[in-house]
Amino acid sequence: MSATAERILTTTRARVIAVERETHDTFTLTVAPADGAAFEPFQPGQFSMLYVFGVGELPISISGDPAEAERLVYTVRSVGQATHALVSRKPGELIGVRGPFGTSWPVKEARGKDVLIVAGGIGLAPLRPVVYHVLRNRDDYVRLILLYGARSPRDLLYRKQLAEWGRAPDTQVLVTVDYGGLSWRGHVGVVTTLFRQLRLHPAETAAFICGPEIMMRYVIRMLEARGLAPQDIHLSMERNMKCGAGFCGHCQMGPYFVCKDGPVFSYRQMQPWLDVHEL
Amino acid sequence: MNESGAERGAAWLTRIGLDQLIAKLKELGYQVVGPRLGDGAIVYDAIEGVKDLPAGWTEEQEAGIYRLRRREDDALFGYNLGPQSWKRFLHPPVLRILAAEKSNGEFRILPPLDRPPRYAFLGVRACELAAIAVLDRVLLEDAFPEPNYLARRSELVVIAVQCTRAAPTCFCASMGTGPGVRSGFDIALTELGEGFLAQAGSERGRGLIESVEHEPASEDLIRQAEEAVADVAARLVRRIETQDLARRLQQALESPHWDDVARRCLACGNCTMVCPTCFCTTVEDTSTVPCDRVERWRKWDSCFTESFSYIHGGSVRTSVRARYRQWLTHKLSWWVDQFDMFGCVGCGRCITWCPAKIDLTQEVSKVVASG
Repeated sequence: MSATAERILTTTRARVIAVERETHDTFTLTVAPADGAAFEPFQPGQFSMLYVFGVGELPISISGDPAEAERLVYTVRSVGQATHALVSRKPGELIGVRGPFGTSWPVKEARGKDVLIVAGGIGLAPLRPVVYHVLRNRDDYVRLILLYGARSPRDLLYRKQLAEWGRAPDTQVLVTVDYGGLSWRGHVGVVTTLFRQLRLHPAETAAFICGPEIMMRYVIRMLEARGLAPQDIHLSMERNMKCGAGFCGHCQMGPYFVCKDGPVFSYRQMQPWLDVHEL
Repeated sequence: MNESGAERGAAWLTRIGLDQLIAKLKELGYQVVGPRLGDGAIVYDAIEGVKDLPAGWTEEQEAGIYRLRRREDDALFGYNLGPQSWKRFLHPPVLRILAAEKSNGEFRILPPLDRPPRYAFLGVRACELAAIAVLDRVLLEDAFPEPNYLARRSELVVIAVQCTRAAPTCFCASMGTGPGVRSGFDIALTELGEGFLAQAGSERGRGLIESVEHEPASEDLIRQAEEAVADVAARLVRRIETQDLARRLQQALESPHWDDVARRCLACGNCTMVCPTCFCTTVEDTSTVPCDRVERWRKWDSCFTESFSYIHGGSVRTSVRARYRQWLTHKLSWWVDQFDMFGCVGCGRCITWCPAKIDLTQEVSKVVASG
């Protein structure tokens, strides 16, 4: 078996170091290698296949800081049997890890530009590594703008960090919810309504989007209307995946295998296919 | 065509020679897999010698129809294609990919199973050679080799058999894969009366022919074999117009004809199971009752199931229209983007084994025409 195949297809054991509750249904797991060898470095936007003994394996985006390679961090929403089993791990327990897999957000190409992040719900998780990267390499980028929408205040991820990021220089963090409730004093409305508060420099902006497909379609329309070119808009797609390496066939979307040609695509790549119903 | 038969590694083999060839392969440690009768069809399974081959049997094939029939002679390879392809040996329907056990609260991953058998395939048709080449492209020649396929493929011996008849469901010529075999084999046999013209396609094949009783093949015999294959090409009924097909299908994604197919398609997935190039798999986890030992099994999957495209919130392809469209456009369009080749070799199995008699060749032309 070649070194690459070995790395991609062999499950290695990782020990859960911390499990933090983010919201009523979402948790962040931090894991460290259990058998000595260090984790493979990852790029912002990549994902791992996480295995729970006897339950199953599932693709989960890495939500931690790419500069901290000794640990891997995942933010998981408990929506089914396998994700429930994953977030129910206790510190000290083992899980299996394969990867990292897939393409990454083009943070190098975005140097010298404004970075505009638009996230919906759990879609903020694969984008958090971009925030970490930009804040660590602050001089490489101009403005950092984060637009984040969630269903309700209780669904907002990383609330403490959102407030911290908003206080960083040249950083704008705008948060909105679909349903506010009585105690919510922030913005209410879908994420595209936040664009009114923005002044974009379309030729000098790299936009990174992750969220429900319907939300991404509307955000793209908004960005195109503001003059962003398709190659400057990037989005992360979600599809069923069993292997992560292009062999199981489940993640196909038109000409692409989302696991290896994505999950991060430029809108130029996705433009012909994004609106095709049930592709 | 100035070379003599011997220089081209061509020989005349009797059935005794073929039997010796099978014995020789077994002696060399290969598991020989070839055609034999089983389940009311001609299937590929382990064979011990010529006695196991389906002498005197052929089949009747049409859309939704497969029937074994007696031949008037006792030809060993007087049929075209059964339901199974060689995929089931190179890319098994069920395969254990992980085993682990737990003690003191910690799980441990167990070493993989022993190596798979070294296979020698006897009776591989031209379209099936092309199908193996397609699987090679997908599972070996992309980013990196899929190790389970590689372990079965790397030492494979291929003895091809030329088609001297065509089923009405065959359309290999229009896909550029047959009827004559061209490459990817160690030996190609053409059955002529009581014996075979054996042509070597590799040094290993030449050595195998040398190791059994054979006679030099005359130029006349070689010509006779070439004519038999050429006759088949002339008898093919079905075809697909492949000119610009990949692009034309992408322009026809909203063709109303997809709805027409969806009204007939049962989404049973038979076409994907019999297809020699469909490679999709899913995974199932099993465990002992106390959950101290678990296994992960890889199983063939089909894009015709609703669960195939499931992500949280629902499946991407809920309609049969979308699932049939995915299968057909993958074979004949997306595959070209992904692997620079078609994912269809023209074997016609999907036509024969469709319980609703859906004929890929007709659906393609209707989709393209109405796109």
